[in-house]
Parts: sequence; structure tokens; C-alpha cells
Amino acid sequence: MEEFEPVIVAFCCHFCAYTAADMAGSLRLCYPANVKIVRVPCSGKVDTIHILKAFEGGADGVYVAGCLEGDCHFKNGNVRAAKRVTYTRKLLDDIGIGGQRLEMVNLSAGMGERFAEIARQITEKIRKLGPNPIRNLTRPLSEAAVQISKEQPSQ
Amino acid sequence: MITAERKPLEEIIEYIRPFQKILLVGCNECVTVCAAGGRKEVGILSSLLQMSFLKQGKNLQIREHTLERQCDPEYIEELTNLIDGVDAILSMACGCGVQEISRRFRDKPVFPAVNTKFMGASERQGVWAERCQGCGDCLLGITGGICPISRCSKQLMNGPCGGSTKGKCEINPDVDCAWQLIWDRLKALGLEDRYERIIPAKDWRPGRGAGPRKIIREDLAE
Repeated sequence: MEEFEPVIVAFCCHFCAYTAADMAGSLRLCYPANVKIVRVPCSGKVDTIHILKAFEGGADGVYVAGCLEGDCHFKNGNVRAAKRVTYTRKLLDDIGIGGQRLEMVNLSAGMGERFAEIARQITEKIRKLGPNPIRNLTRPLSEAAVQISKEQPSQ
Repeated sequence: MITAERKPLEEIIEYIRPFQKILLVGCNECVTVCAAGGRKEVGILSSLLQMSFLKQGKNLQIREHTLERQCDPEYIEELTNLIDGVDAILSMACGCGVQEISRRFRDKPVFPAVNTKFMGASERQGVWAERCQGCGDCLLGITGGICPISRCSKQLMNGPCGGSTKGKCEINPDVDCAWQLIWDRLKALGLEDRYERIIPAKDWRPGRGAGPRKIIREDLAE
């Protein structure tokens, strides 16, 4: 049987995780192509509805990557994001999608290696969990989301 | 504002299980402020219901709309353009909104998606507390601006009772003793003599004691 390739959406804060992804690229580090990055101005910008729409669009896993605690560019956006993630995990449990498909991670802009490691760990975890139960019943992830993931970090 | 909380998803799902097309209606007023049934919550509930039914192999069609106010007939008229072909209506407004919709659209089943809780105020971000019970005869002028009807567990007129300990209520150490608050406030205002005056037994008829209430303003009513 062909191995399941999960689609993972990563909402990455511009000031940390997105820059860390950029650094991972500069360091020529490999991380799974399954991870589709959506750059956000702060992890606190990510709302429950954005996460749900990703799953509704067929994502198998989602993670929100914000700054280390105390380092948020906007003071406490990452703390708010973590609370929303906890809340949304419960909602996903309630509807049988599974809250364990959603995670909050924290890292700094300098953690290129950590970014690649998180991407690998979460991809493996979702691979083990199997596909999102509604993956083939819904429309594929929008072209826009795929487009964002293809954008190259600025030089 | 009137506060509310979303009902458990299982309950909402059971209400709408027999239907194919749902109109999900939010309200821009109180339930938006207490994050229970505004435009944002309509979007979230719609997404959750669609995924939940998809998982069970059913493609539930949901039309989303949020009204300026659900407790006012003139705004409910907006729904006439959206109601065609809809099997049932799910309202995220307080009980007033749900009832106004069911009064207007008599041939459609209407279900509540929230539990209406109380008239309250926002203590801080994400926390709402009961402040008024609509007793119909406001006492705040003689109790230092603190309501013993909504904030004293026993609704005492002349408190506190023996269950008041260190300013907290015996039902829960997180609940302030309303009469302690009243005393502290009257003292701070130099109005201790108000506390000495016995408040007579309350006439509950202006409250719910005389059945459902109505306000008729002759100068406005048509």
C-alpha cells in the first residue's frame, strides 16, 4: 500500500517561526515538503476559524508556531494563540476529527534546526494518526494556501 | 448585556440531524459581545457542523447570516430572502431572538444553539458575571450601587447572613459577599446610616411574581 502523505498547515509567526524556516532554508536543512506554511503577523492573529477552515479544506494536521514565551513581538500574542489552540483541540475532539492533529509550538527566529525538527516530528506524528477523516470528502486545500507555501523567503 | 454560552455540540447535532439545509443565524448584539453567537461564532459552528456531518457521510448545507438584532421584527425580515429551500433554522441569539424567529417563520422548525444565561457585565476579557435579575424595582440607589438580588446568593434585603466569612459567600470562596460589598461601599461614601435602615420585604410582583411582563409606552406604541 502506498504510504500516506499528510498535508500539514503551519501558521508561522513572521517574527519567529517564519524566519526560522527561512534560516532552515539558508542552512540547507531538509524538512518534509508536507508542511505548508502560512505566514501570519503574529501567532495571536490565528483564530479558531482559520484552524477549522484548514481542516475543513482537508488538512491532516495543523500547527501554530509562535515566539518563545515572553518574546512575543506584540507582548502576549503567543500566549493567546496557545489558549485558542487548547480550545480548538477540544472542538476537534468533539466532532471526531481529533484534537491531537493540532499543536502549538514555540521557537525563536534563530532556531532553524528546531524548525526543521518540529516539521519532521509533526509530519511523523500525523502520518501515524492517518488521514483526516473528512479528507476525501471535502474540497482540496485552496490554491491560495498552496501558493503561499510556494513563496520563497525574501533574500 | 444578556449573556449566553454555546450549547454542547451533541445537542445541536441531534436537533438538526433530520435536516439537509440549515439557516444558521447569529446576532450582532449581546451574544456577539459575550462571544457566544456573533458572526465569528456562526462561522465556527458552521464549520464544526459541516465537518461533523461530513464525517458521518452527510453533506449538510448551511447558509450563514448574522442579523443586527434578532429581538426586533424589522431585522428578522432580512431573513425572508434567505429562507427559501431551508429545512430548519438554527439561532445563535438569546431566547428572545429564537422566539422572534419562530414567531415570524411559523412553518420552519427553529432550534437554539446557545443557552441564555443571565444579565451580566464583563469582569475582564473572557469573564462575565451576573449583575441584574430584572426584579422590576431597582434597589441600587439604597444599596451603594451593589445589587443584593443578583449578587447575594440568598437575595437578602438586610444582610449579610451568618455565612459571610472574610468578605466571601459560604456557597463558594470565589463569590464575594454582596452585603460585605454593600457595607464597604456605604462606609466609603460616608453613608453608614443607610445600612441602619431596614429594607421591607420585597414585593416580587414587578419581577416575575405576577407572570410574564410587558412594557407598553403609550407615546410610542402603534
